[in-house]
Amino acid sequence: MSTEEVKETASVLSVHDDSIKVTEVLKEGDTLTFIIVSQKLSGTGEYHVDRTYEDFEWLQQHLFSQGDVPGIQGVIFPPLPAKPQVNASPRSIKQLGFLALGECQPYCKALETFLQQVAAHSILSKNKAVEVFLTSSDPPGRQKVKKNIFNRLSQAVEEMRKEGHKDVDEFFQNERDHNLILTGCTKTAAEKFLDVVATEQKIAVACGHFSTALHLCVEPGEDPDKQAFSRVCVKLSEVFESIKKNMTSVAENNVNTLGLGLDLESRYQEAEREMLFRRTCKLVELENAQRNVEKAKPVKKAAMEEVKKAAETEFEHTSGVAKQEIARFQGARVEMLQQALVGWCEKQLLTAKESADQFNQHLEVFRGMA
Amino acid sequence: MATSSERSPPPFPDSEDQDVLDAEEVRGRDSDEDEDLFGSTSTSPVTEMDTTPTSDVSMKPPSDIMNDPLIEPMSSQTGNKPASEPSDDFFDLTNNVSVVAAAATKSDDFVDILGSETGAQRGEVVKADVTVEATIDRSEVTAGVIDPLSQQEAKQTSTAPVIDLSGDSQPVTSKIADPLVALFSDAPPAAEAKKPSSANVDLFDDEEGSDIFAEPLQTKPAKQPQKSLFGEPDEDVFGEPLGAISKKPVPKELKEKSVTTKVTAGGPLQDSKPADIFSQAAASTPSVTSTVNPKTNGVHSEEDGDIFAAEATVELSLDSPRNERKKEATAKPSAPAPTSLPAAASLAKPQPPALEELEEEEEEEEEDKFDIFVSVKDPEKIGDGMNAYMAYKVSTQTTLPMFRNKTFTVRRRFSDFLGLYEKLSEKHGPNGFIVPPPPEKSLLGMTKVKVGKEDSSSTDFVERRRGALERYLQRVVNHPSLLQDPDVREFLEREELPRAVSTQALSGAGFLKMINKATDAVSKMTIKMNESDVWFEEKLQEVESADQQFRKLHALVESLVVHRKELSLNTASFAKSAAMLGSAEDNTALSRALSQLAEVEDKMEQLHQEQAASDTFTFAEMIADYIRLLGAVRGSFDHRMKAWQRWQDAQSMLQKKRETEAKLLWANKPDKLQLAKEEIAEWEAKVTQYERDFERVSATVRKEVIRFEREKTKNCKRQVITYLECLLQSQQQLIKYWEAFLPEAKAIA
Repeated sequence: MSTEEVKETASVLSVHDDSIKVTEVLKEGDTLTFIIVSQKLSGTGEYHVDRTYEDFEWLQQHLFSQGDVPGIQGVIFPPLPAKPQVNASPRSIKQLGFLALGECQPYCKALETFLQQVAAHSILSKNKAVEVFLTSSDPPGRQKVKKNIFNRLSQAVEEMRKEGHKDVDEFFQNERDHNLILTGCTKTAAEKFLDVVATEQKIAVACGHFSTALHLCVEPGEDPDKQAFSRVCVKLSEVFESIKKNMTSVAENNVNTLGLGLDLESRYQEAEREMLFRRTCKLVELENAQRNVEKAKPVKKAAMEEVKKAAETEFEHTSGVAKQEIARFQGARVEMLQQALVGWCEKQLLTAKESADQFNQHLEVFRGMA
Repeated sequence: MATSSERSPPPFPDSEDQDVLDAEEVRGRDSDEDEDLFGSTSTSPVTEMDTTPTSDVSMKPPSDIMNDPLIEPMSSQTGNKPASEPSDDFFDLTNNVSVVAAAATKSDDFVDILGSETGAQRGEVVKADVTVEATIDRSEVTAGVIDPLSQQEAKQTSTAPVIDLSGDSQPVTSKIADPLVALFSDAPPAAEAKKPSSANVDLFDDEEGSDIFAEPLQTKPAKQPQKSLFGEPDEDVFGEPLGAISKKPVPKELKEKSVTTKVTAGGPLQDSKPADIFSQAAASTPSVTSTVNPKTNGVHSEEDGDIFAAEATVELSLDSPRNERKKEATAKPSAPAPTSLPAAASLAKPQPPALEELEEEEEEEEEDKFDIFVSVKDPEKIGDGMNAYMAYKVSTQTTLPMFRNKTFTVRRRFSDFLGLYEKLSEKHGPNGFIVPPPPEKSLLGMTKVKVGKEDSSSTDFVERRRGALERYLQRVVNHPSLLQDPDVREFLEREELPRAVSTQALSGAGFLKMINKATDAVSKMTIKMNESDVWFEEKLQEVESADQQFRKLHALVESLVVHRKELSLNTASFAKSAAMLGSAEDNTALSRALSQLAEVEDKMEQLHQEQAASDTFTFAEMIADYIRLLGAVRGSFDHRMKAWQRWQDAQSMLQKKRETEAKLLWANKPDKLQLAKEEIAEWEAKVTQYERDFERVSATVRKEVIRFEREKTKNCKRQVITYLECLLQSQQQLIKYWEAFLPEAKAIA
């Protein structure tokens, strides 16, 4: 145990966790390459590395499969967003939610948050893979990653049986129940909010079309009546251009603040749920071992006892880590949501004020036209 | 009774006379609008004349006739400066006349008439005169009237003065005839007298055609207005000679003036001699016109005034209404015939409104603001099942004297609106007017309403239609000519309207088809028509492209509205899920904030909904209106084209007739030749008339299109301002919401 800790501290991360940025995304054929910049702890240098989505998956797999860390199963792993598609199908867009919007910025932002969360995590940041991922100029793992038990697909099958398992710990039972509700609610909220944003974007586009079409109504000619009408058309076109801008920035604000917040929240809830599920699995394992010990014949009793002991330790470790993680997570998510809401509100307020200003100007112009 | 009837419009008597009157009146006014206000003023007297003589043969009607024309001029003069100079000139002239006519016994009468005018009580005096001559008058009047009637379409306006003159002149003329003839050999010789109608038409056309109206400047154009002003009198004058064959000197002066006008026009029936003789008069006219110009009514009245050498004073004018009343009063008791009552009523009623409205019209024409506001409210489903229909409250607020009350409300069903449109388009469409179309019938929308589904789409439909009907009525009453239509008045005022039957043809697709058909016809005819006027060609193209653009815009706005509604729905469901998230949240501060968020989103949903409505009602509906209106504009082009077609057909027919004549001439068949000649004459008349019709329609269409475009710009601007105000307001509301929410969000930590 102590040796392990020494080992862990040895590989402490050499970059500031909050300096990690996904600055750019390069498109090459079907693959997207992300440029990740981070500041060195020592001095003023910067690391610039380029990583593909496969590299991110490699990192996550390494984080998942740290068998030597006690209670690793109790960790709420920062959720990695789903794979981006260059030629996104409607399904993958739906899966990506907010992250599919815009020109990859939301997605980069999500990846950035993922890396920051990993780097800031007291347990995960100690993993060598993180350091390698962030600093090594060579791409770490371009080979095919094997899916392990943390694979969501395999989990889904087991979930059916174990999710409803009664917990021995009231805290965890509550947390599980609560998480279940919250996961659902957050997901719905994020989806609905996404709908709102999508509609806002449609409105922006429609306003743009209208504005363009108005330009076509402009009639050439010296006739003052005609010119007056043309002026009205041109001005109205400008008005709709403003409305379009307003709508666009409203939608952008929505995406970049509350949208991303809800998306992250929703994925984190999912991650917590996975963690809780893993813990439940451990619990089931332990209970099985206990039952086996009770039922076991004296010959096998010792061996069973051993198994039970191991399961117990692991479960306790997991539960211990899980408790810490949950507490940390609750604090973090409230803060994150608060930031999202405040940021959202401030940005929308700004946009609204700007738009009001513009509309007022337009109105003055029109009133002055008479 | 007399007073009330004077002020208020006729109570819609069933008598046909009434209808005829109204129709004429309306038409007259339509054609004039800006220009020939004089014409319209004169119209009402005309109509009176027509009816009275025909209806009752008693002595009184003539007196009425006399009185009215006299009074009108007087009253109108009040507005203007008493044209002293011109009147002087006229005095001279009249003096001359009287000198000439001194031998004649009637000269006294004439003098009397003049005197009476100067004095306030001419009413009675005139009556006396009239009665003396009544018999003669009547015969002549009817003769004169009939002619005008036949030409009515071409010209109703001028008839009134004609009658006046004839009334006065006939007695005088009959006696003075000889001297007059001697002096003015031209007048009686005018063999063309046979076709008084054509003469009138010419004059009138000239007037219309002239730019007088285009640029109503005061001093410069004064000359032209003169012409027009005098043109009418001329016509009248001509009308008289036709009827009476004898001539008054006064009329001749008028003629001279008219001559001057006509010289430009090229179709003067008269000789230049009279002009020389009365060069004086010509000199005087400019001054008259200059003062008169601002008010056409005044112009008209002045002429009359001049004719009668009346120094119109304010007193006179003030008296005039009273006189009128008196006359009416006298007229009624005197006329024992049952027809006379309605006739008298109709006489009195249409007239005052006509006068006053004309003035108002003129003034308002500039501001384009009528003191009438129509609203359509409270749509209500009446009946059940497929027989159900929607009824609307039509409320009118106005201070226009043509209405009996200041505010009144009637209940109308949708088909009534369509019926009104049909009547109006039938009456005014062929004249080139752009008759605002109502919203078309919608089978789908109405079926939903009938089925009784209270969903948003059916309420939306009803509201849209209500708005469209309201705007439609507004457009109708804001049209200076349409407002005068008795059907419009009836629609707004009358409690019970006879059920419109034939609107079925207008329903839904049928209506659209009709418009499309009209358009097709137009486009086809354009190919055939060798367009002489580039303006129309260009305009038609503009209208076509505007139509396409508006359709495109409409589709875009509609999709925008759809998105807005979607946004409102989505916002609502987000609000709901935010509320759920809030209630599921353990952290109390966050939970609170989320519930607040849900509330904010709920309010925003409201805003989005309002915005959608604003988009719908300010833009989508406005554009839909304009698509319909553009259809009407094309319809007016179509009518112009038809007039052209008719003219062309007549021309080719004339050509044929001429050829036949040539053949007959060559074949030496004198018996048939006579017939052919007559036919040629007939077709020549037709050709000229149709040509004039075409020109008149063209002028109207041009004016209407210009008006339409001006209105369009104005209306668009108004709508945009409303829209922006709404937008700004909702943005400010949004700011308030965010500002209220911000502290909540900050308080989460």
